[in-house]
Amino acid sequence: MATSEDIQTLILTTLDTQGTIENTDSLKTADGATIPYLAVVGVLNSLASKEMIAYTTIERDQFNLTQEGKDIADSGSHEAKVFNAVDPVNGIAIAELAKLLGASAKIGQGKAFKNKWIKKDGDKLVREVESIVDQTQLDALEIRNTGTHSKPATLKDLQARKHVEKVKLISYNVTKGPKFALKIEKQATDLTAEMLADGSWKTQTFKKYNFAGNPPEGGHLHPLMKVREEFRKIFFELGFEEMPTNKYVESSFWNFDALFQPQQHPARDAHDTFFLLDPATSSNFPDKEYVQRVKEVHSHGGYGSIGYGYDWKIEEAEKLLLRTHTTSVSSNMLYRLAQETKARGSFKPAKFFSIDRVYRNETVDATHLAEFHQVEGVIADKNLTLGDLIGFMEIFFEKMGVPNIKFKPAFNPYTEPSMEIFSWHPGLEKWVELGNSGMFRPEMLEAMGLDPDVRVIAWGLGLERPTMIKYGLDNIRELLGHKVDLDMIQSNPACRLDKKMGKELVGKDAVDA
Amino acid sequence: MPTVNVDKEELYTALGRTYTFDEFMDLCFNFGIELEEDTSPKEMAIREVGAHKVDESVSDRPILKIDIPANRYDLLCHEGISRSLLVFQGKAKPPVYKTVMPADGKLQKMFVKPETALIRPFVVCAVLRNVKFTELNYKNFIDLQDKLHMNICRKRTLVAIGTHDLDTLQGPFTYEALAPKDIQFTPLNQEKNMNAEELMTFYENDKHLGKFLPIIRDSPVYPIIYDKTRQVLSLPPIINSDHSKITLDTKNVFIECTATDLTKGKIVLNTMVAMFSEYCSEPFTIEPVEVIYEDNRLPAGVTPDLSSRTATAKIDYINSCTGLKLNPDEICDLLNKMSLEAVPSKEDKNEVVVQVPITRSDVLHQCDIMEDVAIAYGFNNLPHTTPSVSTIGKPYPLNKLADTARVELALAGWSEVAPLTLCSHDENFAFLRKKDPGNIAVRLAHPKTVEYQVVRTSLLPGVLKTLKENKKHSLPIKIFEVGDTAIKDDTQERRSRNVRKVCATYSNKTSGLEQIHGLLDRTLQMLHCQPVDKNGTASGYWIQDSENPTYFPSRSADIYLRQKGETQVIGSFGILHPEVLEKFGLNFPTSAMEFDLEPFL
Repeated sequence: MATSEDIQTLILTTLDTQGTIENTDSLKTADGATIPYLAVVGVLNSLASKEMIAYTTIERDQFNLTQEGKDIADSGSHEAKVFNAVDPVNGIAIAELAKLLGASAKIGQGKAFKNKWIKKDGDKLVREVESIVDQTQLDALEIRNTGTHSKPATLKDLQARKHVEKVKLISYNVTKGPKFALKIEKQATDLTAEMLADGSWKTQTFKKYNFAGNPPEGGHLHPLMKVREEFRKIFFELGFEEMPTNKYVESSFWNFDALFQPQQHPARDAHDTFFLLDPATSSNFPDKEYVQRVKEVHSHGGYGSIGYGYDWKIEEAEKLLLRTHTTSVSSNMLYRLAQETKARGSFKPAKFFSIDRVYRNETVDATHLAEFHQVEGVIADKNLTLGDLIGFMEIFFEKMGVPNIKFKPAFNPYTEPSMEIFSWHPGLEKWVELGNSGMFRPEMLEAMGLDPDVRVIAWGLGLERPTMIKYGLDNIRELLGHKVDLDMIQSNPACRLDKKMGKELVGKDAVDA
Repeated sequence: MPTVNVDKEELYTALGRTYTFDEFMDLCFNFGIELEEDTSPKEMAIREVGAHKVDESVSDRPILKIDIPANRYDLLCHEGISRSLLVFQGKAKPPVYKTVMPADGKLQKMFVKPETALIRPFVVCAVLRNVKFTELNYKNFIDLQDKLHMNICRKRTLVAIGTHDLDTLQGPFTYEALAPKDIQFTPLNQEKNMNAEELMTFYENDKHLGKFLPIIRDSPVYPIIYDKTRQVLSLPPIINSDHSKITLDTKNVFIECTATDLTKGKIVLNTMVAMFSEYCSEPFTIEPVEVIYEDNRLPAGVTPDLSSRTATAKIDYINSCTGLKLNPDEICDLLNKMSLEAVPSKEDKNEVVVQVPITRSDVLHQCDIMEDVAIAYGFNNLPHTTPSVSTIGKPYPLNKLADTARVELALAGWSEVAPLTLCSHDENFAFLRKKDPGNIAVRLAHPKTVEYQVVRTSLLPGVLKTLKENKKHSLPIKIFEVGDTAIKDDTQERRSRNVRKVCATYSNKTSGLEQIHGLLDRTLQMLHCQPVDKNGTASGYWIQDSENPTYFPSRSADIYLRQKGETQVIGSFGILHPEVLEKFGLNFPTSAMEFDLEPFL
């Protein structure tokens, strides 16, 4: 048996002497044996990868005799066997024939009758002609010798009679390649430290490289947190101080009452807000006088306001809840600002921001979760104007990559005026709401102890929605919460608020991306 | 934000012109209401239940869906919207509402019995004379009551409106509170006479009224209004009687609003009469009703009070807030566009005097007047300025520390997840093979989603739930979270506080405990914390074998931290117990660590 090295040598020397190998079927080993097809393919591929040879495939059909076909070629057709068994003079008893020929007797008889070679004479068969030509055997022999038959119809007939079967034969036409040589040089797959050390990289040839990168095994940050980080950077660039929002549990007082949100407001309904079973209430308010001022402004007004004219109850304010907005923290911070102002004797402007979780007692679906993140900014200074708020929003949203915004009058219990911020969405071809903004009400600020000329402007927006747009997600549950797909976390790009990403891309940009 | 459906043709007729969708949207946008869509009841029904289920009789008259700010009750119907938009565009003057006496000079009287204090203490009433109802305005009349009931009336708890055909009744009226079995009448659109107990049973499964029954159901007395002949007008806040119901032929309308909140009762009555006195033979006239509290709870008097409230606003305040330089006349012109009648003050050059009509209960302070100036001027026309507030940016130290830890964990090859902070009690305790000590978890009262029972006290349940959802991910799976948990703490103002923690897990065909241990060492090293001998005095950390029910026996350790001589256990790590894995539906070994981050501040 020839080794693959023998075959390699055979192919290379044959090419060297003949210049080309018309058909690898013609290759014979030194002892005259043909070479198995698979062995040839392996060697050819290996040589071709080194560009030492080139080859093309030759495909042709060959017809081989089946076992039955082989029997016919060797000892004649069934009908010929029957004819030969019939004695030219005495014929043969039918029973005798079956004994003599076995299975061939029955098949052969019918055919021999049809050919009018024999006939029945009583219980005997006798010859009807003196001699016959066994064309079936001749056809079988032609196929055995040539691998095919001159008459396609006969081939087809023999295939149908299962005397013949078709096989596909593959062989190759081989020519010299650009790097043809009699000797095979061993090619390296990679550059090694040894090659650098001994300098062999200079003469070594290298295998052709198939490019395929391996993904690195690093860790990944969550896309929502990546967007949060971008927002934080914007706030820091603009000189904002981050608020301590690490308190999910809040009192109704800071969440609603301090914000001048009346106690009958629908948001204070258990249907919308998570009130607590335990701890259910807290009366640990540090500043009873402030609580009294809040009560007064709600029920009877003050600071130029007529108030809401209802019976304010401390019990409502004491109810604990999961904060419905981060504005509960803003209200607390503004109260502290008022305290500091009093202690210092002069007012110092402040800019605060936060990005953290808030809670709503919602039925969860593709666009609503019971907890989500709010981005909030607050600026407190003397005599701020609505124009300041609008101008600042333009700066802020420009940094977010949103250049076109406009403002719609809106209602919010603790800001007056309240302005919804809209931006033009080129994909949806309409103005979509981005967030809310406004100026905190004097009833809220002055009750805290801030001077009437201290104005506080604020704005807020959700973190999840811009993230879903940035990362092309439709279902909020696939972003925040355990239903997230780790592959999504691991394959998502870095967040660049100032670059269009995901669903922000429309038209040509989307196609190019 | 309430949404009002107005008939498009009726609205455009009232506005004196038609608009394209975009034109009308712009007008709404600038005024501060939001045009949602141009549709029809049929289109809406098809969208909701499918074309095959929508009855032929459902109207396909075009309607506009408009979102209204929650404090503008005067915009909850066609009448209010069309009137305000006409005035906003300077095409009309706001109406002036007047009281008129009846022809015989005798006002209707409502006597309030002392017992009503037990259940629903206040009532305010009015009469509209010679009203001309059409199918359209009748529908608006019913719809407005619905909208008011759902919004300012807080689903009828604060105020309930009853409207009646006055010609079927005889004054004086009495507002009483009686035992349910003593109240007997035929409710609206019913044929059967029933007592109030039967009525409660009759309506308890009613889709529309069922939800209002609990407001009074368990009270020993129910509020009830009678006329002189003991004919029932209504059983507030549930239903009116069939006898006095309004039809298209009704001429004279008696309106009563019973209330637990008198201020809101007055606003609701004012809104009703302001909107529908438009259809009186003499528009915008209202006949008052005398209300007499027999126990003198309130002084006897007439309702409604139609007088506008005089408010003032300072010119310099308005200009300072808006960034404009308007003179008093310009301010008054702008306010008139917002249906606020305003004139420069005669006494004070720095003041405008504003008559706040009964429809504008939202005006509480001069800031509300300032806002109307800004809206009329156009928010998008205001000068843009940049506040020159010089401050220094600063991160919250704990957030900065958490970010450091997050980045180090990701650099170490772990991926960040963001589970929810709300979970079930079992997930937080039993699934981790832990007993609830009873005094740490913050528990929710009435969650709509039943599994939201507690605020997590550990990050582990959320991380394990995330693993469960990612079982098909190739192994090993390495994830982490840095986030807040919450625990009860009576020393705090909010009787609880957040605790920021770090949690990481490693899942593979084998437990990978050494991977988690290595990650712990790396993370603490990055937080400037060195491993130390527990018997020494140096600041740093060490670990010590522990038996912890969450982990596999003999495969867990507690993490000790010593700082300035003080030692505390800050967390633990180990191979998760197979029963924990089973509870969270995990089928590969997992090691976990969790520790408090705050000591590293």
